[in-house]
This record gives sequence, C-alpha cells and structure tokens, in this order.
Amino acid sequence: MKKGTDDVATAEEEGGLVFHPMDQFIVKPLFGGDTVNWYTPTNVTLWMVIAILAITALLVLGTRGRAIVPSRVQSVAELAYGFVYKMVEDVAGKDGVKYFPYIMTLFMFIVFSNMLGLIPMSFTTTSHIAVTAVMAVAVFLAVTILGFVLHGMSFLKLFWISAAPLPLRPILALIEVISYFVRPVSHSIRLAGNMMAGHAVIKVFAAFAAVALISPLSILAITAIYALETLVSFIQAYVFAILTCVYLKDALHPHH
Amino acid sequence: MATETESQGDAAATGADAAPGGAEAVGMPQLDFTTFPNQIFWLVVTLVVIYLILSRVALPRIESVLNDRKSTITGDIARAEELKLQAEEAEAAYNQALADARAEAQTIIAEAKAEMQAELDAATAKADAEIAAKAAESERAIADIRAGAMQSVEEVAKATAAEIVSAMGGKSDAKAIDAAIAAQVKG
Repeated sequence: MKKGTDDVATAEEEGGLVFHPMDQFIVKPLFGGDTVNWYTPTNVTLWMVIAILAITALLVLGTRGRAIVPSRVQSVAELAYGFVYKMVEDVAGKDGVKYFPYIMTLFMFIVFSNMLGLIPMSFTTTSHIAVTAVMAVAVFLAVTILGFVLHGMSFLKLFWISAAPLPLRPILALIEVISYFVRPVSHSIRLAGNMMAGHAVIKVFAAFAAVALISPLSILAITAIYALETLVSFIQAYVFAILTCVYLKDALHPHH
Repeated sequence: MATETESQGDAAATGADAAPGGAEAVGMPQLDFTTFPNQIFWLVVTLVVIYLILSRVALPRIESVLNDRKSTITGDIARAEELKLQAEEAEAAYNQALADARAEAQTIIAEAKAEMQAELDAATAKADAEIAAKAAESERAIADIRAGAMQSVEEVAKATAAEIVSAMGGKSDAKAIDAAIAAQVKG
C-alpha cells in the first residue's frame, strides 16, 4: 500500500497518472476542521442520513397511498418487504418472524448504503470495517445471548454434533466453536471488503481514463465494473441478511 | 459491544501492519482508528432511526396493505362464488317456473276439455230429451187422429147403415144397428 502511494507521488511529480483509489474512503468533517470527534458531523453522517431519507422515501412515502392496486414505488416497497420477510421465514423459521424488523433494518441500511455508494463522488459507509464490524458483532452478540436465553446451557449442544461418531465429536466441537467465533469476522469483512475493493477498482480505472490512448478501454471497463458492483451491492446486502437469518436459526433451533 | 469492536479493529490492524509499510497515513482510511468512534456513533444513531421508522410506520403499513389486498381478493372471489350460486338459483327458479307454467297450462287445458265435454253432454242429453218429448207428442197426436178416424168411421157406418135400412123399407132399429156396427168394426 505504501509502495503504491510512493508510486503515486512520483507519478504526480512526473505529471502522469494520478492514483488516489483510497481517498474516497477518507472520513472528513462536513463543516471544516481536522479533528474527527465521536459527535462530529462527517461525510459518514451525511451519507447515513441520505440512506435514512431514501429508505423513508421508499417505505414510508412510497406506501402513503395504501393502495390495493399499488403504484410503482409502493410495489417496490412491497417487494422489498416480501423479499426479506420470506427470507426470514424460510431460513429462520416461523418463530424467527418476530425478529423480522431487525433484519429488515439491517438489510435496508446495507442495500441503500451500498447503492448510494455507487453514485459518483459519494461516500460508501458500508466500505468501512468499523461500520460492518459493529453490525456483525451486534448480530453475533444478539444471537448468542438469544440462544442462551431461550435454551440455557443446552444451547451449547449447537457445538456437540450428536449425529457424528463419538470419537469425532470433541474435534468437531472444537472446529464448530472456532467457526462460531470467526462468524462476526467473516460476516463484517466480507461486506466491507467487497465494497472497498469494487470502489477502489473503479477509481483505478478512472485514473487510467486520463490517458487518451487507453481511455476508451478504461471507460468500457468502468462501465462493466459498475454493472458488476451494482450486482455485488445487492448480493452483499442479501448475503449479510441471510447469514443473519442463519445465525438466528442456530439460536432458535440449536439442535441439528 | 465497543470492546468487541475494538478487538476486531486491533485484529484487523495487526493484519494490515503485516502488510508492507503499515497503514498509518492515507494508505487505508478503513484502518484509521481515530474515525471509529465517529462512525460507530453515527451508525448506531442511523440504525436506531431506521429501526424506529420501519417498526413504527413502514412495516405495519405495508403489512396492513398486503393483508387488505389478500382479504379483498378472497372477498372478491367469495362474492363471485356467491353471485354464481345466485345465478344458478335464478336459473333453477326460472326452470321451475317454466315447468309450473307448463303443468298449469296442461291442467287448464284438461279442465277446459272436461268442461266442454260436460257442456256437450248436457246439451246432447237435453236435445235427446226434447226429441223424445216431441216424438211422444207426435205419437199422441197420431193416436188421437187415429181414434178420431175410428169414431168417424163408426158414425159414418151407423148413418150409412140406418139410411140403407130405411131405404130398403125397414124400420131402422138404432140399437140393433149400433150393436151390429160395433161387432163389424171390431172385426
């Protein structure tokens, strides 16, 4: 990474290519100043507020008519509702449905943050490990606590696979425990990594576009990657939500 | 939660430190821990706001809209079923009415026939009676005429016989002549 920035610096001096693929992720105060305190309104705040407004526009303003025959926006809102509801019901089961609002919150936030991040010059809040880690850890803690509250110590049977032969069980239990604690790590890094990588790649190609000779190729590549990123934005939100449902199912029904 | 996140971050940071150079400068803004409290604070605020908006307004509303639509559709189907039943009932009633009308027409026709028959019979009987009466009357008249004729023959015979007797110079004995005539007429 450092090597890359050094290259950039030399390139800038030579007046050639300018790579700043990571600059888009810098957290900046909105109203000047350099210090970022916990309460400072930053570009994080701005884009999160925009996400809130967009979600409100879709799910609240869009359904204002409460029409039996829905308008376009209302049917999109209903589609989103039905999509997540069915996912929770199918994966976590009927008794998982009461946690549907939480999963809907996560899904809507992630999908809107990802999509808003695709707007040029925007800031992608979900490309930050801080954001995704908080969500992943929150899911991890909530699901673990829920498991112990619902099942007490028998929740630990989740790690004791009674279907396996007895000699294998301790080994499997060890693997299960490790994989259980790795969950929040993979859960958060998957999302942040996907978002960061895609946006950085677009930036790199954008920098190449400054060179007349390869700019057509570069613009073509940006277009292709942009399409891919649109897909990834949705899929990553879906993956995050469905994994949350899977973890929730483990908490609700820990017996294999 | 915060401690969990910090340990997350630390783990990630050590991972990044292993990468060439280290990431303290602009290298990777994701690992600039000074911005973490800020991001986490605003994220929590955002998630709480979204959760409140969804759970208080959006989700109940969409749920009620979907339920309304479901009940409207099932209601419409039920009403269509009902209308179909009504139509079937109406058709049955129509057929029933048609059959009733036919049967009634049949009875009316039969009644009319019977009445006409009765009238006809009565008229025939009356005519027969009249004819019989007339015939009897005629018979009587004929008998009268016949009796009248016998009487006349007797009288003429008596008168003729008396005349003949007197013409032949005899003394007409009325009693004898009557007896003779009566005997003759009787044959």
